[in-house]
Amino acid sequence: MLGMSANSVSYNEQGSVESGVDAAQENSNISGGGGGGAAFSLFSADCKKNEDLKEMLENNKESLKLEAMKRIVGLIAKGKNASELFPAVVKNVASKNIELKKLVYVYLVRYAEEQQDLALLSISTFQRALKDPNQLIRASALRVLSSIRVPIIVPIMMLAIKESSTDLSPYVRKTAAHAIQKLYSLDPDQKEHLIEVIEKLLKDKSTLVAGSVVMAFEEVCPDRIDLIHKNYRKLCNMLVDVEEWGQVVIIHMLTRYARTQFVSPWGEDAVFDENNEKTFYDSEEERRADESKPYVMDPDHRLLLRNTKPLLQSRNTAVVMAVSQLYWHLAPKHEISIVTKSLVRLLRSHREVQYVVLQNIATMSIQRKGMFEPFMKSFYVRSTDATHIKTLKLEILTNLANEANISTILREFQTYVKSQDKAFAAATIQAIGRCATDISEVTDTCLNGLVLLLSNRDETVVAESVVVIKKLLQTQPSQHSDIIKHMAKLFDNITVPMARASILWLMGEYCEHVPKIAPDVLRKMAKTFTSEEDIVKLQIVNLAAKLYLTNSKQTKLLTQYILNLGKYDQNYDIRDRTRFIRQLIVPNEKSGALSKYARRILMAPKPAPVLQSAFKDRDRYQLGTLSHSLNSYATGYLELSNWPPVAPDQSVRNVEVVEPVTEALASALGKSKHAKSDEKFYSGSEEEEEEEEEEGSSSEDSSSSSGESESESKSEENSDDSNKSSSSQSEKSSSESDTDKKKTQKNKKLHQQKPASKDRKLKNGKAANDESRSGSESDSESSSSESSSESGSQSELDSNSDSGTDQKRKTKSKPVQSKPVTNAEKKEVSLLDLDDFSPVPVSTPKSSILSPSLLSDLQGLSISSSASALQASSPVFVPETSHELLHRMTGKGLSAQYRFTRQPCIYGNSMVSLQLTLSNNSEQALENIHISEKSSSGQNIHRFSAIERLEPQASATVSMGVDFNDSTQAAHFQLCTKEDEFSVSIQPAVGELLLPITMSEADFTKEQGKLVGMNESSATITTTPENISSQSVNRNVVSAANLGVIPSNQENIHRFAGKTVSSGSLVLVSVAPKDPDALITVNTEKSVIASMLLRQFKTALTNITP
Amino acid sequence: MIHSLFLINNGGDLFLEKHWKSVISRSVCDYFFEAREKAVEPDNVPPVIRTPHHYLINIYREKIFFVSVIQTEVPPLFVIEFLHRIAETFQDYFGECSETIIKDNVVIVYELLEEMLDNGFPLATESNILKELIRPPTILRSMVNTITGSSNVGETLPTGQLSTIPWRRAGVKYTNNEAYFDVVEEIDAILDKSGTTVFAEIQGVIDACVKMSGMPDLTLSFMNPRLLDDVSFHPCVRYKRWESERVISFIPPDGNFQLMSYHISAQNLVAIPVYVKQNISFFETGSSGRLDITVGPKQTMGKTVECLVVTVHMPKVVLSANLNATQGTYNYDPVTKILLWDIGKLNPQKLPNLKGSLSLQSGAPKPEENPSLNIDLKIQQLAISGLKVNRLDMYGEKYKPFKGVKYVTKAGKFQVRT
Repeated sequence: MLGMSANSVSYNEQGSVESGVDAAQENSNISGGGGGGAAFSLFSADCKKNEDLKEMLENNKESLKLEAMKRIVGLIAKGKNASELFPAVVKNVASKNIELKKLVYVYLVRYAEEQQDLALLSISTFQRALKDPNQLIRASALRVLSSIRVPIIVPIMMLAIKESSTDLSPYVRKTAAHAIQKLYSLDPDQKEHLIEVIEKLLKDKSTLVAGSVVMAFEEVCPDRIDLIHKNYRKLCNMLVDVEEWGQVVIIHMLTRYARTQFVSPWGEDAVFDENNEKTFYDSEEERRADESKPYVMDPDHRLLLRNTKPLLQSRNTAVVMAVSQLYWHLAPKHEISIVTKSLVRLLRSHREVQYVVLQNIATMSIQRKGMFEPFMKSFYVRSTDATHIKTLKLEILTNLANEANISTILREFQTYVKSQDKAFAAATIQAIGRCATDISEVTDTCLNGLVLLLSNRDETVVAESVVVIKKLLQTQPSQHSDIIKHMAKLFDNITVPMARASILWLMGEYCEHVPKIAPDVLRKMAKTFTSEEDIVKLQIVNLAAKLYLTNSKQTKLLTQYILNLGKYDQNYDIRDRTRFIRQLIVPNEKSGALSKYARRILMAPKPAPVLQSAFKDRDRYQLGTLSHSLNSYATGYLELSNWPPVAPDQSVRNVEVVEPVTEALASALGKSKHAKSDEKFYSGSEEEEEEEEEEGSSSEDSSSSSGESESESKSEENSDDSNKSSSSQSEKSSSESDTDKKKTQKNKKLHQQKPASKDRKLKNGKAANDESRSGSESDSESSSSESSSESGSQSELDSNSDSGTDQKRKTKSKPVQSKPVTNAEKKEVSLLDLDDFSPVPVSTPKSSILSPSLLSDLQGLSISSSASALQASSPVFVPETSHELLHRMTGKGLSAQYRFTRQPCIYGNSMVSLQLTLSNNSEQALENIHISEKSSSGQNIHRFSAIERLEPQASATVSMGVDFNDSTQAAHFQLCTKEDEFSVSIQPAVGELLLPITMSEADFTKEQGKLVGMNESSATITTTPENISSQSVNRNVVSAANLGVIPSNQENIHRFAGKTVSSGSLVLVSVAPKDPDALITVNTEKSVIASMLLRQFKTALTNITP
Repeated sequence: MIHSLFLINNGGDLFLEKHWKSVISRSVCDYFFEAREKAVEPDNVPPVIRTPHHYLINIYREKIFFVSVIQTEVPPLFVIEFLHRIAETFQDYFGECSETIIKDNVVIVYELLEEMLDNGFPLATESNILKELIRPPTILRSMVNTITGSSNVGETLPTGQLSTIPWRRAGVKYTNNEAYFDVVEEIDAILDKSGTTVFAEIQGVIDACVKMSGMPDLTLSFMNPRLLDDVSFHPCVRYKRWESERVISFIPPDGNFQLMSYHISAQNLVAIPVYVKQNISFFETGSSGRLDITVGPKQTMGKTVECLVVTVHMPKVVLSANLNATQGTYNYDPVTKILLWDIGKLNPQKLPNLKGSLSLQSGAPKPEENPSLNIDLKIQQLAISGLKVNRLDMYGEKYKPFKGVKYVTKAGKFQVRT
C-alpha cells in the first residue's frame, strides 16, 4: 500500500518534468498522493513545479493565485520546503481575497523566520490592517504580525500589542494577550513592558480575554502574584462563563495563588475527625496544626471553592481534572470527596484520558482510601484495556485494599493472574505481594496462593512469584520452612536468573530452617556454577559462605571448590566477592579480627523490604500536571508553595465591583440583547446584575431582574447552608456563610445606589482609588458609608490622582491613534518607515530593502488590483484646534470643547467621531454629566457614558459619535449635569464629514472619469507662489478637509481622495496650479458637499500665508 | 502550550505537520516511533512520552496518531482533550476522520488548525463558530466556488465569538422548527463465568438535534430525575437550575450536539438484557479446542434485542475455527485472532448457538485462560435505567416546534469472563 502510493507520486512527478502537466492534474497529484513520496521527488521536478507555482502567483487571476497557494499549503503540510517561493507569495499579502490572504498568512508564519528580510515587506500591510474597522481583520493582522519571529520588528510588535490591548473588541484584546507570550519568547528583554500590558489586561472584564491573559501571566511573570490580588474575586466570579480552555488555566493559577494567600484548612480537619470518631477521611499525614485556635476559612478561599464546584460537571475532562486538583490541594479534607464521582466519570472517556486520570487517582488513593473505595468496582480490569491502563487500575485496587474488601480484591486478582498479557499477570503478582504485607490477615492466604503459582507454566509468572515470596518470607521466615522446601524442589525447573538467585538467597538466609536441603542445593549449584548467570553466581558464593559458617562439617569442601571456581571467573565482581568471602570466613594468620565477626556480618538479621506503591511520592507534584504524569520535573513546572503559617493581608483583594468595560462596545457591535438577559442563569454573581441595571431600558425591568437574582443568590446561600449542616459542620460553617451573606448584600446595595455612575468610574480606571477606599472598609461597615457622602478629604485625594492618571492615559493612548501628531514618536520605534499610513504607499526608505524588481512588482500589484483601490487610510493630518461647545459662563462652571479626531468612529460606520473635553471650572464637584436622551435633533448620536462625578478644576475627556448624514447641519443636544441642562450644538465643517482614502493615481483618474458633468465642480483661484508650492497645497488641503493624499507623478497637480462618512460617496479633489492661478476641481456625487468644499479650499489656499 | 502537531498513520508515515510556534524538526517523532515499536499494539503506546528536550503527548484515533509536541509544563489532559476535539472537528467537517480525507482536504484542515489554536493556546473550538469562519466543504459549494471564485472563508468575526453563548450563532432561521432528543444508554458490565454480575453500571447520554429559529430557550424535565447519579452538561445548560429544580434549562446550539451525559452507578440494580452460556475448552493433546456459545434474553422489558454481536479475542495459539452458527454469520480473523459472531435479532423462541472446534498451533502449550466474550447489542425504544423524559417547554420564541424523544439501549463495555 505504502509502496504503491510512493510509486504513483514518483510517476506523476516525472510526468510533470516531461510534459508540464496542467494545473488541475498537478493539484490532484498533490492532494491525492501519498505522504511517503517525499523522498522520491527529484530535484529538477521540484524546481520545475515551483517555477509554475511562481507563475501562477504572478498571474493576475485570483483563482490561479488561490490555487497556487493551496498547493503550497499542501507542500507545507507535508513538511516539504517551499521557502524559495517567498518573494512571490509575500506580494499577495495585501490581497482582498480573504482566503488567499489567510493562506499567505499561513505561509508567512511558517517561513518568515528563515527569510527575515523579505518578511519585512509584509509588515506595513499588517500595520495598516491593525487599523481596519473589521475586528476580525485587526485580530488576524495582530496574530500574524506577532507570529513572525523576526527580532527586528520587536518594537513594532510591542507597539501593536499595546494598542490592541486597549482595543474595543474583546476578541482583539484576546489576540493581544496571546501576542504577549509570543513577543516574550522572541525577546525576553521586553518583560517589564509586557507585564504592564498584562496588568492592564488582567483588569479586563471580558470573559473572552480572561483565560488568555492568565495564560500570558503564567508564562511571563508567574511570580508576580501581586497582580492577581485585585482581580482575584473577579476571576472567581467570572470563571463559570469563561471558555473551557481558559477555565483550566485560571484554575491552575488560582490554585497556586490560594496556596500563598490562605492558611491551611486541614488543621480543622483533625478536630472534625475526632468529633466523628470515624476514620473515613483520615489521612496518614494529618497536619495537626494549631488545634487550639478554631479555624475560620477566609471568605475568598470559600468563594473559590464554591465557584469552581459547578465546573465538575463540565464536559471538558481537563476542566474536571483541574477542579479536582484544586479541591485536592485547597479544600478542607472532608470536602475533597465531592470530586470522586466526577473523576470516576472521566474513566468512561478515551484511553488517553483514562491514563492521566488513573494516574491522579492512584496518587490520591494512597493518601485517602476512603475517597474511592465505594467506586472500587469501577477500577476492575477488562481484558480489552491497554496494558498501561491495566497496571494503573491494579495499582489503585491495591491502594484501596483493606481488611473489609481484601477478599473481593483477591478474587478479582485471581482472574488477572491468568491473563494472557503476561506483563500484567506479573504486575498482579506484585500487587498480591503488596496486599499481603499491608494487610496481615491475608498474608498467609496470599502466600499460599503465590506458592501455587510457582507451578505455573509461564516463566515470568513463576519468577515474579518467587521474587515476591522471597520478600514476603523475610517478614516471618520461621513459620515458612515448608515453602522454602517447596521452592527448593522447584529450583531445577526455574530458569529465570532473578528467580533462581532469589531462591538461593532464601536458602542461605534461612539455612538453619532447612538444614538438610540447603547443602544439597549447594552441591547441585557447584556442578552448574560455570554456566549460571552472574547474579546467580553471586548468590551461590553467598550461600556457600553462609553454609560454611553454619554447617562447615558438610560443606567445607564444597565451599572451597566454589570459591576456587569464583576466583577465576571472568566477571570481576564475582572474583572480588570470592576474594572477600574467602578472607572473611576461612581463618588464617593474616585474616585478623574481622573473621571473628564473620558470622555476625553475614548472618545479621536483615530488615524486611517494604513493598510500596510506585505512586507513593508522586504527591510532591501538583496533581494534574505534566510533571505528575511523568514523575519528574518538567520544564516550567511551578512549585505549589506550602500554606503560609499566618494568612497574608486579606484586604489586598478588596476591590469595588465594577462592571464590564465592554458595555459601550457591546451595544455598538450589536451584541444580542437576549444574550444579556440570559446571563443571570449562568452565574448568579453581581456582575450580571449590573449589566442589567445599566442596560435597563425600563426601570421596572431592572428592578425585577435584580429582585430575581437576589432571590436566586439567597437560594444559593440556603443550599450552601444546608450543604454544610449536612456535612455536620455546625458552628463554623454558619458563621462563615453569614459573613458571606453580609458581603453579597452589601455589594448589592452598592450597585443599586449608583448604577449609572459606574461607567465613568471605570473609564478613570479607579483601581487605586478603590483600593484605598475599600481598604478602610471593614465587614461591619454599613453600606451607606460607601455612598456619595464619602469624607471630603479622601474623595479629593481620589479625584486628583484620578484625573492625573486619567490624563496621562489619554495622552498615552491618543497619539497612538492619531498618526501625524506623533510621527516623531513613531519614528523612533519603527524601523521601517511607517509612512505607509499616509497615503504614499511606496516611499523611498523601503527601497533599501527591496530589490528594484520587487519594488516594481509591488507597485504593479497595487495598481492592478482594483479592489485595493478604495482602502480607507488613516488621516494625514489631525487638527489640534478644538471648538467651543459650552462656555463656562453659560454652563455654570461646566465648560466643554470638542474636537474632530478624524478617526473612523468606533460606534458606528456612518458616524463622525468627536472628542469632548469637559472641565469643571466651578467650586463644586459636578455630578452625573451626560447627554440627555430626548434632545437629539434628528441626527443619530452615540452618547458618551455618563461621568459620575467631576471634581472642581478637573477635566475629563470622552468620545462620542454623531451621524451628520453628510450634511453640515448642526447637531443639537442637551448636555446635562445633575442639576442643569444646557442646549449645545456641534456644527461640523464640511471637511470633517470625510474620511481619507488611499488609491493609486490610475484609480484616481479612472474614478474621476466616472464623476464628470453634474458631479464635477471647479473653481480657479489666484494665489501666491508660496501658497502654491506642493507642500503648502498639501498641507492646506488636508487641514481643511480630512482627505488622503494621492501620490502623483506629475509635478504640478495635486490629488486628494476621501469618502463621505455616512454614505461613503467618493470625493476626489485635484489642485492644478497654473501660475499664478490654480484650478481646483472637486468630483463627487454629493454636489452640496462639492460646492462647500470648493469654497473652503478657496479660502484655505488663498488666505493663508505660510 | 501546544508547539506542533504531527499526524502519523498506523504504518508510521508522517503525513501532516503543523507548527504554531517556531518549527520543530520532524525528527522529534523518532522518539515516538521508538515507543510505538516497543508498545507492539497501537493502543499500548503511552500517551505521554518524554524526550530530552520535548514532551510528546499523543492520542490514537481512527487509525491515526495525533502527536503533539510540548515544551513546557501543561496539564496533559488539556492537550489530550484538545487533540480529541481536533479529531471531532474533522469528523464534523468531513463526515469521517481518516488519513485519506485529511489528505484530500489538506487546505481546509490547515485553515482549521490555524483557527483552532493561536500560539498553541485554543482559540476557537466551538463547531458553530468554526463553521462561520471556515465553511465545511460540500459538493455544491465547491462547484459554486470554482465558478464564482468565492471562498470558503468567512470575512467577519462570528457573532458567537463575542457573546456569552458562543455555541449559538445569531440569526438562525428554519421553516420547520424541530427538536429531537435521543436518550442513549450503554450498559457497562462484567459478568463472571457463572453469569453473575461482577460489576454493572449505566452510562447515558442525551444527544440532541435542535433546528429552531431565533433564540429558543428550552427546558427539558424528567419523570424521574433522581435516577441520575452523576451528570455532565454541555456548556449551554444552566447548572444552577439543575441543582435547584432538577430540570435542564438551556439555549441550544444550532444543529447536533450532546446535551448531557449521566451515570447511573453500580449501587442501583442494573438490568442485564442477555445471558450467555458458554463453554470454551482447549485440550492438552491434539492441539484443538471446543467452543459452544448460546445467547438468550434475560431482562429485556419485553423489547427485542437487535444487532447482537459477540466478539472473542482468542489466544495467540488458535490458528483457525471450524464452527457452525444456527443464526447469523461468524468470521475468524487468524491475524488479529478475533472471532466475530454477528447474530442480528435475538429470537427468544429459537436461541442462537455457535458451536464447533478450534485448531491450535501444534506443539504450543494450551492457553491457560479462556478468552473473554465482548457483547454488543441494541434495544430500541428502551432506556434500561427507566429514565423518562417528561416534557420539553420552549420560551422566548412564538412558534410551536415539533418535538420528539427516542430511547435506545446499547451494550457498552459488556464483557463476559470465561
